[in-house]
Amino acid sequence: MNSSVITFPGSNCDRDMDVALKKFGFKNKMVWHNDVELPKSELVVLPGGFSYGDYLRCGSMASKSRIMKSVINFAKSGGKIMGICNGFQILVETGLLPGVLLRNKYLEFICKNVFVKVNNKNNPYFKDIKKDTLELHIAHNEGNYFCSKEQIKEINNNNQIALYYSDKDGKINENTNPNGSIKNIAGVFNKEKNVLGMMPHPERMIDPDLSGEDGSIFFKNLINNLK
Amino acid sequence: MKIKIIVTLKKSVLDPQGTVIQQALNGMGFNDVNEVRQGKFFEINIDEKDQNKAEEKADEMCKKLLANLVIEDYKIIGSQ
Repeated sequence: MNSSVITFPGSNCDRDMDVALKKFGFKNKMVWHNDVELPKSELVVLPGGFSYGDYLRCGSMASKSRIMKSVINFAKSGGKIMGICNGFQILVETGLLPGVLLRNKYLEFICKNVFVKVNNKNNPYFKDIKKDTLELHIAHNEGNYFCSKEQIKEINNNNQIALYYSDKDGKINENTNPNGSIKNIAGVFNKEKNVLGMMPHPERMIDPDLSGEDGSIFFKNLINNLK
Repeated sequence: MKIKIIVTLKKSVLDPQGTVIQQALNGMGFNDVNEVRQGKFFEINIDEKDQNKAEEKADEMCKKLLANLVIEDYKIIGSQ
């Protein structure tokens, strides 16, 4: 199973993602943002970080970098693409995913573990995950998911909401919303469900000694489903 | 030709930075300030002598990069 992680200037979770993918059996390649072609991959990951120093808007500059043409074509041909944190911001800026990520409601950089409720398991990313909620890590300044009223209706109708911020038992309310996201949204799919963007970092939850193992559940499941 | 563009958050989008600035201004004694919206200002030099053509290009730049139309509006406020 081949995967590619794209490194942009300012990415800082690219190597963590590389470690995580390899740990669970992916043959991963690092791809530089200025490359033109993607190596043959079953999964492309846009990692977290601060690409281009978050200039203009988070993810906006990276979304126009050279490799992104191939990434967009890969998405349009049904390829699996996952954007984590800054990767999610890049995906919304390309237009592959709906909405946008604004500054957190209380203008704080948030760095903590949260629980997320899996909303849609009918896709290769979450199919066969037995747990309904996962404990994952978030670290972001712009994670406040926003979209227009029409868009929220549309993504709801198309079952595009991947994850909600929740409590341990899956309860979704204002108290479990860390950043002000509309409807507690922590991750969304495109219409076809081959592109996933989410703020939480599964690659930070793969070590039983250092963190939880809910990220391990995610990656083990992902590689099985892509086989 | 020099083109000036402002990009602002749409009315329907919360602007927490603007709100904090407003509170700071109120705290400094500017009690009559009841709203602040923060935006971005661009000055773009372009090798194009025809004003209409330059503004057309600026319009395209706004749509493709300078503004995110999900949350922002833009206005070309001058070219000279």
